[in-house]
Amino acid sequence: MADDEIPDTETSAAEDAYWRENVRLLLILMAIWFACSFGAGILLREFLDQFMLGGYPLGFWFAQQGSIYIFVALIFYYVVKMKKIERKYDLDD
Amino acid sequence: MDTQTLIYIFVGISFALYIGIALWSRAGSTKEFYVAGGGVSPVVNGMATAADWMSAASFLSMAGLIAFMGYDGSVYLMGWTGGYVMLALLLAPYLRKFGQFTVPDFIGTRYYSKAARVVAVICLIFISFTYIAGQMRGVGIVFSRFLDVPINLGVIIGMGIVFVYAVLGGMKGITYTQVAQYCVLIFAYMVPAFFISFMVTGNPIPQLGLGSTVNDGSGMHVLQKLDLVLTDLGFAAYTAGSKSTIDVFCITMALMVGTAGLPHVIVRFFTVPKASDARKSAGWALIFIALLYTTAPAVAAFSRINLIDSMNETSYAEAPGWFKKWEANDLIVWRDKNADGKVQIAKGDAFKGKPEFAEGAGASGERLVSNDEAVDNPNELYVDNDIMVLANPEIANLPGWVIALVAAGGLAAALSTAAGLLLVISSSVSHDLLKSTFRPNISEKGELLAARVAATAAIVVAGYLGIYPPGWVAQVVAFAFGLAAASLFPAIFMGIFSKSMNKEGAIAGMVTGLVFTFGYIFYFKLVVDPAMNVADNWLLGISPEGIGVVGMVLNFVVAVAVSKMTKSPPVEIRKLVDSIRVPRGAGDAHAH
Repeated sequence: MADDEIPDTETSAAEDAYWRENVRLLLILMAIWFACSFGAGILLREFLDQFMLGGYPLGFWFAQQGSIYIFVALIFYYVVKMKKIERKYDLDD
Repeated sequence: MDTQTLIYIFVGISFALYIGIALWSRAGSTKEFYVAGGGVSPVVNGMATAADWMSAASFLSMAGLIAFMGYDGSVYLMGWTGGYVMLALLLAPYLRKFGQFTVPDFIGTRYYSKAARVVAVICLIFISFTYIAGQMRGVGIVFSRFLDVPINLGVIIGMGIVFVYAVLGGMKGITYTQVAQYCVLIFAYMVPAFFISFMVTGNPIPQLGLGSTVNDGSGMHVLQKLDLVLTDLGFAAYTAGSKSTIDVFCITMALMVGTAGLPHVIVRFFTVPKASDARKSAGWALIFIALLYTTAPAVAAFSRINLIDSMNETSYAEAPGWFKKWEANDLIVWRDKNADGKVQIAKGDAFKGKPEFAEGAGASGERLVSNDEAVDNPNELYVDNDIMVLANPEIANLPGWVIALVAAGGLAAALSTAAGLLLVISSSVSHDLLKSTFRPNISEKGELLAARVAATAAIVVAGYLGIYPPGWVAQVVAFAFGLAAASLFPAIFMGIFSKSMNKEGAIAGMVTGLVFTFGYIFYFKLVVDPAMNVADNWLLGISPEGIGVVGMVLNFVVAVAVSKMTKSPPVEIRKLVDSIRVPRGAGDAHAH
């Protein structure tokens, strides 16, 4: 969503830069979120099912196991990364 | 000691624990009542969120649903976990920084409009009541199955327990009770799962067991064997599923976005001290949830194998004890279509509709039902979804205390979710309708009293809906998600990520999303003949379960279009958005 349409409020340069970095990080992480669940687990499932992960067809694994593990990893990566970004701009809580 | 006594002891101890915690953590102020004082640690809040989130349906029914749906069951697994990524990344930290008490608080303030707040309250109450009726029913069902009390009495006992800790303790009491309930329910879920995984595959970790070989000397993997056995019996392969890709896609998306928009989940993130804690807390919540959600598909597959292995072509006289026990409890029905005295499992229904038990016994001593026989297929077995979790301890020959544990776990799951829902209903009434809209001069004490009265009233209504479940409850309970996805989520999301979204756009969007989604579900579930509720008649092949996604898209489109044509929001609102975007300075949740 475009945020910069109305540039009349007073945000500091640090706040603007912080928000841009946050949104960029969000876009990357949400892309992974989409790719593992809707991509690997649903849209590409039939293709991936020809490969096996142990006894799991790969697409099936993504749908019933893998996506969930990746979701957890995504959130904790975001927690750590955001703390760094906030510290960098001195905006942490 | 016999199993029944153990069940009474386990359930009794767990109830005493919940009430003890409630008395210890009584709420003394509105802030404690609404958000537990705003000082809950992220890990504790994560655990409470997990208990709040995992309902009787997750605990009892989900594994069974997946067992019968195979790959299609993935919609629940991904849908009910992926929403936490959206919560942690897109909503929770900003809502915590905003620092009020309820979801309508945010919508009303951000869109500088009492109308927007009231629309949000209507969405919230509608979503929460459809959801809670199912929970109260769940409490009654667990009681009746394990403790041999009538369902209605079970509902009333459940109401009493929830009353004590939700009305006295508010969010504070609920939070700490939910932590205890999480421990009970996860332990109760995992213990039988370890045993059954070990029994079927030789590997006690269910997540690994599902990818291992079956313990029967065939050297086949679990899923391979399941595919083979099911296709032999005329079913679709377990790992293939039978829903269309677009429907799987839309249902998963609707459940994910709906999760992120459910008020009783969002409000849990108002209870942590800082904005960054809200992110952390969502991560912990998902770890605690993932423990059960990655185990459920394994339990599903193992019990499907077990059911077919132990029952197909087995004569009724030689059926294992659990089969007859759960037949006596109405969860299994065998209809000997070909009169050979043996159970045949195949694709299709054994008879039409839900079982209506009749007097007398059949030729082999089985219970009879008065339903019309489904003559188009050879299947003779009706199995309720809940059986997969309920009968596991007996199938795996586990001792009586494990069965007692499952009973206490099922009750913990249902009660914790019911309490969380009651709290958001009562706080939206006392805080959003009274304090913020109609009676702004109400005192702190008056508001706290109003919150308790509203919670009591909500319990009574929920109990009534549990005892006299209107036909629509069972039909629409899953659609709370579609409605949350189509109404609340877009309004909150745009409130954070767009400074130009104004009140006209947000209200128009919420109303469009709600009316469209509600109308579509209502039409297919309650107006037309069930035979018409098929893919050919659906919009773009999307089932009512998944239509919330279309409602959400409509909400976004209408909101953006309307906001372009109307006045942009005032400067102080744009400043508010700037301030919620940076974590610094969240401090305590504060009253207005």
